[in-house]
Amino acid sequence: MTEQLDVDVAIIGGGIAACAAAVALCEAGLTVAVLEKRLCGAGASGVNFGGVRQQGRDLVELPLARRARPLWDDLNRLLGEDVEFEASGHIKLARSEADMAELERYAADARDYGLELTMLGANAVRDALPWLGPKIVGASLCASDGQANPRVVGPAYARLARKLGAEIRELVPARHAVTTGAGFAIEADGVSVKSRWLVNAAGAGGGAVASWFGERAPVAPLTPNMVVTEPLPYFIPRSIGVVGGDIYVRQIPRGNVIFGGGHGWGDAELGLARPETGVSLGAMVRASDVVPALKRAHVIRSWSGMDGQMPDHIPVIGASAATARLVHAFGFSGHGFQLGPVIGLIIAELITEGATESPIAPFAIERFRDWVDDGAPVQPVSMD
Amino acid sequence: MPEQSVVIIGAGPAGLRAAQALVRGGVRPVLIDEAERPGGQIYRQPPAGAARAAEALYGFEAQKAIAVHAILGRTGDAIDYRPRTLVWNVFGDRLDTLGPDGQGSLAFDRLVIASGAMDRVLPFPGWTLPGVFTLGGAQIALKAQGVSIGRRVAFVGAGPLLPLVAYQYAKAGAEIAAVLDVTPLAAKVRHTGGMLAEPATLAKGLRYTLRNAVSGFIMRFGVRAIRAEGERRVTGLAWRDAAGRVHRVDCDAIGASFGLRSETQLADLAGCAFVFDALTHQWVPQRDGAGRSSVPGVYLAGDGAGIGGADVAELQGERAALALLQDIGRPAAAARIATLDRKLARQAPFRRALEAAYPYPGHLVDAIADDEIVCRCEGVTAATLRSTARGRDAHELNRLKAFTRIGMGRCQGRVCGHAAAEILARTVGKDVAAVGRLRGNPPIKPIPVANLSSGSLP
Repeated sequence: MTEQLDVDVAIIGGGIAACAAAVALCEAGLTVAVLEKRLCGAGASGVNFGGVRQQGRDLVELPLARRARPLWDDLNRLLGEDVEFEASGHIKLARSEADMAELERYAADARDYGLELTMLGANAVRDALPWLGPKIVGASLCASDGQANPRVVGPAYARLARKLGAEIRELVPARHAVTTGAGFAIEADGVSVKSRWLVNAAGAGGGAVASWFGERAPVAPLTPNMVVTEPLPYFIPRSIGVVGGDIYVRQIPRGNVIFGGGHGWGDAELGLARPETGVSLGAMVRASDVVPALKRAHVIRSWSGMDGQMPDHIPVIGASAATARLVHAFGFSGHGFQLGPVIGLIIAELITEGATESPIAPFAIERFRDWVDDGAPVQPVSMD
Repeated sequence: MPEQSVVIIGAGPAGLRAAQALVRGGVRPVLIDEAERPGGQIYRQPPAGAARAAEALYGFEAQKAIAVHAILGRTGDAIDYRPRTLVWNVFGDRLDTLGPDGQGSLAFDRLVIASGAMDRVLPFPGWTLPGVFTLGGAQIALKAQGVSIGRRVAFVGAGPLLPLVAYQYAKAGAEIAAVLDVTPLAAKVRHTGGMLAEPATLAKGLRYTLRNAVSGFIMRFGVRAIRAEGERRVTGLAWRDAAGRVHRVDCDAIGASFGLRSETQLADLAGCAFVFDALTHQWVPQRDGAGRSSVPGVYLAGDGAGIGGADVAELQGERAALALLQDIGRPAAAARIATLDRKLARQAPFRRALEAAYPYPGHLVDAIADDEIVCRCEGVTAATLRSTARGRDAHELNRLKAFTRIGMGRCQGRVCGHAAAEILARTVGKDVAAVGRLRGNPPIKPIPVANLSSGSLP
């Protein structure tokens, strides 16, 4: 028998942004239903690197990332459990003079957004992190960046939303949605939802949901390839990235070293992703170039997962241009983890107040209205 | 049809019989095995230079062991045998390997997975103390290295390996402190009729048990609870009997096992569908009577695809190879297929009776204390599993893994996964089949980062 739900807001997708929106909307007194095709927080929200990073982002994302950052300090209290957030700092390494020039340019630009980066020369990097490999010519440090356990954040938001009264439906893929006189009608497996508002937070499936309402959003599957070692004595206090993004490394206090770089295999249709052996092995070589002590380690697991990527590598966030009371938030292109909590707030503001304090104009879905698919695959960029 | 690339994983009784049948059918298979010498765990051979007589190593099974070992010698170059090689991933039609020459990659058209089994581990008080081994580990120490796990050894178990290993240890000169069966004697008596389907096998089991009894060992059935004692290592084993009385023996080593579990990670990575086998209380890859998995071109044989024992493994290995030959349009003797199918069908009632004679020791899972370590790789206690299952809505095993790191360590759940599933099922009041099974990730066993530079990199 099909369950009938009638709510103020229906959300398609159960990632961090979706569940954080559900929390904020419930707190504002609205009724909410979340339709998640698998388990909440188990998609891109749960299988990513775990970087809580501002530095290196597209400049238009920085206001959102700056607003998101203090939310992480408060997350354990909000969610009532330890999400293992640590303000470990994020250091981005330059492996050439050209890299260094790029870091300096970025630091100058980021200052306009209130993000202070500390530039370090080769000797300063060596003094701070003596176990780094020999090819490092400098770095920029963002001391306020950090890392967290991605596996627990989304589910914790989902539980809080449920506690606040949200109807969370897991293993319930949404199949179709249409506008009705009063709002929306959404058909999902075993559940029919009527709602006044609809939020498209469907990740890699966000383009399909947008297309139900005649909007274009060329989202491509993105499958970051991750590897983790056995526990080693703790020695990597910072989260590490490189210019170019081909390798990123962090160590959790338990001792396991997590690193990623490159992309695994993915089937967008099935929503499946797997690590690619060549990519894992390549990442192992590059990681041990940057951190030579890793040569003595064993890899115990590798994995991948599916995010949605836009051609310009920034997400779609904001009200639909075509359909009233439809809000999009998807296509985070491999770097949505840190933004998740603030995206939830922004979605809620758009619904309860009709506007948000955050500058989201660059993320409007209209930018793809006249987009022509030239058939070229979207080139993945660095992520975490 | 063009020449097919056929790969067999595992050189135990199933893999070796599969290889032999393929050679007879005109195929030259690649046979990959982790060990240095063929035989699998059951017919494991000592390293070269430490050879001992087959009778001393394998007892009643010596003739079978000799026959299985001889396959490679007889077939010579007809099998591309690659020992000391770990297959750590299957993806599509490729295998990733780690061998003497480092990383490798191997494409296949047809794959026979004969990955074997290991002991099923359940935590009990003191199980992480030095000196506690699995029964299979204790047996391998004896067979391969000629060493005992201790001078005075106690054995605990829930399977037919228990009397055998005790017998082998006594014969090798170890002092046997106690042989404790956590399943009731009544179950064995009740299912003797069923086990008569294989009278020779039953006779062997009885003979080991009687020899152990005649030797004056402390032998107990229906043991309710066990505890390994000691500060820095094992110094004793305490147990509670069916009447609630507590007993204790001194010992410096314990071999413990609670049945066997199939090594199914490669079948999982190959994409095989799984079914829950209520008889052996575990998930196994689905296969038809001939050994075909749900994935075209992937075949399953031996204990890695469901616990059946060495004799069944030999039959299944050959049967799967004949199915493979048929599937690639090669001749496969219909009479031989009929014989194998008949023999395999005859094994079924025996297996059912044997499993019923050693029913799943759920009382040991019920007794796992909150402060017990379940996952020693990641240091996860039973209390963490229970409170996470209840308080964080982790009603599915992979979710419990994501939240607690159970099964995320070096063993990737091979040791702790079973106990975690049972604890989860009990905590949320579901059948164990309803809490799911751990998804596999490559590598199925740890691989060194350092070996890469010498290997084949893309």
